[in-house]
Amino acid sequence: MTEPVLSVRNLQVEFASRRGTLRAIDSVSFDIAKGEVLGVVGESGAGKSVTGLAVIGLIDPPGRISGGEIRLSGLRIDNLPPEEMRRVRGKRIGMIFQDPLTSLNPLYKIGDQLIETIRTHLNLSETAARRRAIDLLAEVGIPAPEKRIDGYPHEFSGGMRQRVVIALAICAEPELIIADEPTTALDVSVQAQIISLIKRLGRDHGTAVMLVTHDMGVIAEASDRVAVMYAGRVAEIGPVQDVVRNPLHPYAKGLMGAIPTLAGDDKRLVQIPGSMPRLSAIPRGCSFNPRCAFAFDRCRIERPEPLPRGTQSVACHLYDSVPTESAA
Amino acid sequence: MLAFTLRRAIQAIGVMIAVGIISFSMFRFAGDPVNQMVGMDTSGAERAAIRKSLGLDDPVIVQFGRYIGNAAQFKFGVSYQFRLPVSNLLMERMPATLELAICATIFAMLCGILMGVYSALRRDSWLTHAFQAISLIGISLPTFLIGILMIYLFSVTLGWLPSFGRGDVVHIGWWTTGLLTLSGLKALIMPSITLGLFQMTLIMRLVRTEMLEVMRTDYIRFARARGLTTRAIHFGHALRNTLIPVITVAGLQFGSVIAFAIITETVFQWPGMGLLFVQAVQNVDIPIMAAYLMMVSLIFVTINLVVDILYTIVDPRLRSTISRAH
Repeated sequence: MTEPVLSVRNLQVEFASRRGTLRAIDSVSFDIAKGEVLGVVGESGAGKSVTGLAVIGLIDPPGRISGGEIRLSGLRIDNLPPEEMRRVRGKRIGMIFQDPLTSLNPLYKIGDQLIETIRTHLNLSETAARRRAIDLLAEVGIPAPEKRIDGYPHEFSGGMRQRVVIALAICAEPELIIADEPTTALDVSVQAQIISLIKRLGRDHGTAVMLVTHDMGVIAEASDRVAVMYAGRVAEIGPVQDVVRNPLHPYAKGLMGAIPTLAGDDKRLVQIPGSMPRLSAIPRGCSFNPRCAFAFDRCRIERPEPLPRGTQSVACHLYDSVPTESAA
Repeated sequence: MLAFTLRRAIQAIGVMIAVGIISFSMFRFAGDPVNQMVGMDTSGAERAAIRKSLGLDDPVIVQFGRYIGNAAQFKFGVSYQFRLPVSNLLMERMPATLELAICATIFAMLCGILMGVYSALRRDSWLTHAFQAISLIGISLPTFLIGILMIYLFSVTLGWLPSFGRGDVVHIGWWTTGLLTLSGLKALIMPSITLGLFQMTLIMRLVRTEMLEVMRTDYIRFARARGLTTRAIHFGHALRNTLIPVITVAGLQFGSVIAFAIITETVFQWPGMGLLFVQAVQNVDIPIMAAYLMMVSLIFVTINLVVDILYTIVDPRLRSTISRAH
């Protein structure tokens, strides 16, 4: 494999608040290769969305990237001047947000929004941009695109609007798409269509996709690799089959145990006791230790660093050098 | 769309009839107009003759019907004080008031929107704080005081601008305009600012809050994620979305600009309808008062109608709701 499309190293994001600096993201590292879909999963507040926003450079004050580096096909983008970063956004990184109902400006025809975006990034005439916009709408599965292009957002259903949003995100053929909970606001049947659309686009154009969601089903279906985030850190990362079938981190185990199956075993779903700590009260040592059934003394003192283990990488003392008791 | 406009127009006529009742009842309840017109020594018979000639002894409903019928043709009777048709008096004065009101509104919109956008985008600049201070003055100082202070500064002390009147005017048909002469333009400056200052601060504060609100929305975040230029985001996407409430307020305020012109016109002795009205009140000249009431209401109602129609042009969502609803 050549250079990854996206390479994030020791990313740190902090928010200045009245009660001191809160660290929302702490030494997060991951890569996404060309054509690969990386699922990022975790509970609300785990830092999934902030990671996505940091990559596209849309962390608003009082938040800021306070450490680490982000590289897009080798180019370092976390410290670009604003105007250069703007050119990267939309052109080389596309982003899809959660709520298609509010992502589009209600006062403009979808065609105008597409053409505006296309002409911002590509040197095309009005007519050429319009033709491209129609092609894009067709590609994302909008029926009768040459007619619908003159429609206003309120004339589209939620699923159709999310397709328009996707068309907007891919209109300049970006190398990377960040999809932040793209299906959360949609109903289940539409969710599947949108997921397969994102997957297909990634495959057809060789686009790398960072798929942020809390829905394990979406991850299992769409992604090649998955990163499990907890309290601003990556707990475990690896190929999706391995992480789903054989999770290593106790938190990942808990997550996988909480997925209902259709297999018919009517066991109670496993629940992780407690809830994620607030940013202002992250415990010493491993941030998961108060909720972890396997926690031992070292977990309460020393923060575990990610360690490779087979195809996966896990940040847990259970897997550190001296093989202690098995976690299973 | 047509059905919507028509329905609004019918509602507007209803409002005008209601105003007609109020303005008509002024004749009935503001004392006996005959007493105002005649001297102490007029005999009862003479009074009765005048009453009859003015139609004041007909049944109320007949008088009302006649009044509304005449008002619809812009006939408001004869001024007690000037012995001239009221409509002539109003027509003569209207250009002055409308010119003043329009200039004040343009001033208020231009400065208000610019200051509002600037203070929303540069929240911490010193100019923003200056704007906020000006807007506080505009909101809290009464109009007449601002007018008098301006006269003191620019007319009395500096001698730059005339302190009263309209300057030289040019007649274009029945319309008189001060916009074509230097003295007319100079005379327009201070009254326009005085009259428009309150609206300006209102619009500025409105644009600022709306703009801050819109900048937080998802579609602005998405516009940023699409890499649009800051200019396109601020002026193409954010400003247009703030314009709906601004149009409403500016439109509805235009009516009150005309109504509030009474004070400004009095301070600057501006020969408009407001000054006419104030003089009419002092002389209990009821035909003028009633006609003024009708005129101002007509302007209010017309503006409301226009604002409603403008909405549908700015906001496509309303267009379809309206056509669906009818």
